[in-house]
Amino acid sequence: MTAPLVALTDQTLGWGGQAVLRGVTLQVAPGERIVLLGRSGVGKSTLLATLHDRLTKRTALVPQDHGLVGSLSVFHNVWMGVLDDHGTAGNLRCLLWPRRSERSRVEGILDVVGLAGMGRHRVSRLSGGQRQRVALARALLRGGEVVLGDEPVTALDPAQGAALLDHLGGRFATSILALHDVDQALRVATRIVGLRAGGIAIDAPATELTEADLLALYR
Amino acid sequence: MIRRRDVLAGFALATVAALWLADLQATRPDPWMTLAAIGHGLLHPDFSDPAGMLGAAALTVAFAFCGVALGAVTGLLMAPFYGATPVRLACICLRAVHELFWALLLFSVTGLSPLTGVLAIGLPYAGIFAKVFSEYLDDALAAARLPRAVPRLTQLLWVRLPQALPQMRTYTLYRLECGLRSSAVLGFIGLPTLGFQLETAFKQAQYGQAVAVLALFLALILPLRIWMIWRLAPVFLLASVAALMTIVVPPMGDGAVLRFLADIVPAPLRSGADWGGWLDKVFVAQALPGSVATLILSQIALAGAAVLAALAFPAIVPGVVGRAGALVGHAVLVVLRSIPDYMLAFVLLQILGPSMLPAALALGLHNGAIIAHLLGREARGLPQRPDAPRGLTLWAWDLLPRLTASFWALCLYRWEIILRDSAIMGLLGIGTLGFYIQSNVQTLRMDRVVALLVVSVLLTLAVDTLSRRLRRAMQDGPVLRIEASRTLAS
Repeated sequence: MTAPLVALTDQTLGWGGQAVLRGVTLQVAPGERIVLLGRSGVGKSTLLATLHDRLTKRTALVPQDHGLVGSLSVFHNVWMGVLDDHGTAGNLRCLLWPRRSERSRVEGILDVVGLAGMGRHRVSRLSGGQRQRVALARALLRGGEVVLGDEPVTALDPAQGAALLDHLGGRFATSILALHDVDQALRVATRIVGLRAGGIAIDAPATELTEADLLALYR
Repeated sequence: MIRRRDVLAGFALATVAALWLADLQATRPDPWMTLAAIGHGLLHPDFSDPAGMLGAAALTVAFAFCGVALGAVTGLLMAPFYGATPVRLACICLRAVHELFWALLLFSVTGLSPLTGVLAIGLPYAGIFAKVFSEYLDDALAAARLPRAVPRLTQLLWVRLPQALPQMRTYTLYRLECGLRSSAVLGFIGLPTLGFQLETAFKQAQYGQAVAVLALFLALILPLRIWMIWRLAPVFLLASVAALMTIVVPPMGDGAVLRFLADIVPAPLRSGADWGGWLDKVFVAQALPGSVATLILSQIALAGAAVLAALAFPAIVPGVVGRAGALVGHAVLVVLRSIPDYMLAFVLLQILGPSMLPAALALGLHNGAIIAHLLGREARGLPQRPDAPRGLTLWAWDLLPRLTASFWALCLYRWEIILRDSAIMGLLGIGTLGFYIQSNVQTLRMDRVVALLVVSVLLTLAVDTLSRRLRRAMQDGPVLRIEASRTLAS
């Protein structure tokens, strides 16, 4: 067995001095597709944030609030995913005069998320679903070993959401996604981690779980 | 529909025109000589007259306390009636005239007595306090759920005032800081405060002494929030009144008020002189060039402040400059903000010689530091993605674009203040409105002084209206109440 990408052993997680999750033990191996399930406020985002901090491999992130800069264009927001690959001077230049090659690289990704030709639009003028797709495009452009997504497709319709989850699966070897749709979870996950009452209640391969097992998390 | 791009283009065009028209030469034959002497003074501060300096410092605080107290109490009494047009107009006129102009005007009524200084600070501040307090009271009403229709006074005393009180307190503290600056600057026109000491020391080339005075002023204003204890406010106030009573006042002749009231009647009405000549002299020969110079100076200063603010605000953001860098940046911005622009202009004038350059630099530095500080505080509070970039990339890709709306709102808001301060820069010999106002004060032509003050008020009002319209058109989000948010600046 290969070494885990990240490992937590009996950890207490929280923020602002308050524990949200207790006794968390979790190992993530390369190639796993993990879906986190649980009621809102149960600690999915906290767990994702902790995993993001601990991961040392190149990681892409789709935060719940998108983390976009409204007054910049779609192109610039997507390009933010790869800012750390370039020097400061290059980044300043790209902010003012993006190269054609840079634009076309982003345009390719925008095509995938269904925002083709919208690179020059300001993000503040976009709808909620479009913003989410910009955030997804940023992660797709960034690429890497792992993608962490916090409800990455909630603002999209089911068909689009499913297609984009598949794209994430194709681009990243390992994924850890917080979702709220049980069917979707069973479809994309190889392993499902269910959170309930301040701890991990379920941690099993997706093939061994039924819809009823998962719905128990929400009761 | 006003578009941001058009406003920006107009702003750039106005700046280029202003730079082209302005006299920005450093005329001093050898600025390095003065700089070297000041540098020597910086290394050898001269505290040889502690009694005189401490006395001036005490009076600086006393004028500020009494002036701000007068302004706050008057403003509080006017605030509930701010909705009434006469009250609002009176407040606008009160605050559109700068403290220094009030002092020049009051010299002919109350002479060199402490009352001049207290009124010079208290009158314009009353206008500002009334406006800000009324905004607080309005907000408090919106927040409170009242059971039934209750009388206005009950509503005010039971619901609105208690809710607004904490904000009013913080705002008064901020105003006290402004009052200290105003009080020091009043020394430049003869009141016995630290400004007077600074001017005297500079004019005698006693740079060691000047540096000591400046250090004392900073030692007073920087820890204001530490030494200003609210429970001691009555004691401070009584001590201030007592300190002001000790000032020896040269006697004023009887009937000064009546004489003043007669003097401000335009000369043609008083002596039957020719109206044409008077109007020509006041408006064509004085108000016109004075207004043009005021506008040019304020435009250059505004552009300078905007550029400085955009570049300098990340100086207090740890994500850009690191933790240690943010501390240094904070110190630099706070010191720049704490020195009054008039005082800074006076010092720069000694180095660079008479032209618009020192005034433009001083206004740009002081106001730029204020905007940068406010923006930087907002930038620190912005939520960031966990994988957000750092350093200059964070500044350019994230902070600057996210703060554009605030940036423009703050710049437009400072525009009016920069204009007011540009007018008083004339007292330093630059050809803005203050220059003509002072020369008329010196020749005791109070009718012309009042006419020019009216022009300066109208100019301020025009800029204020334009700025408010642009702000409303350019903002993306909810209304930004800058005076209210300023109270958070520390």
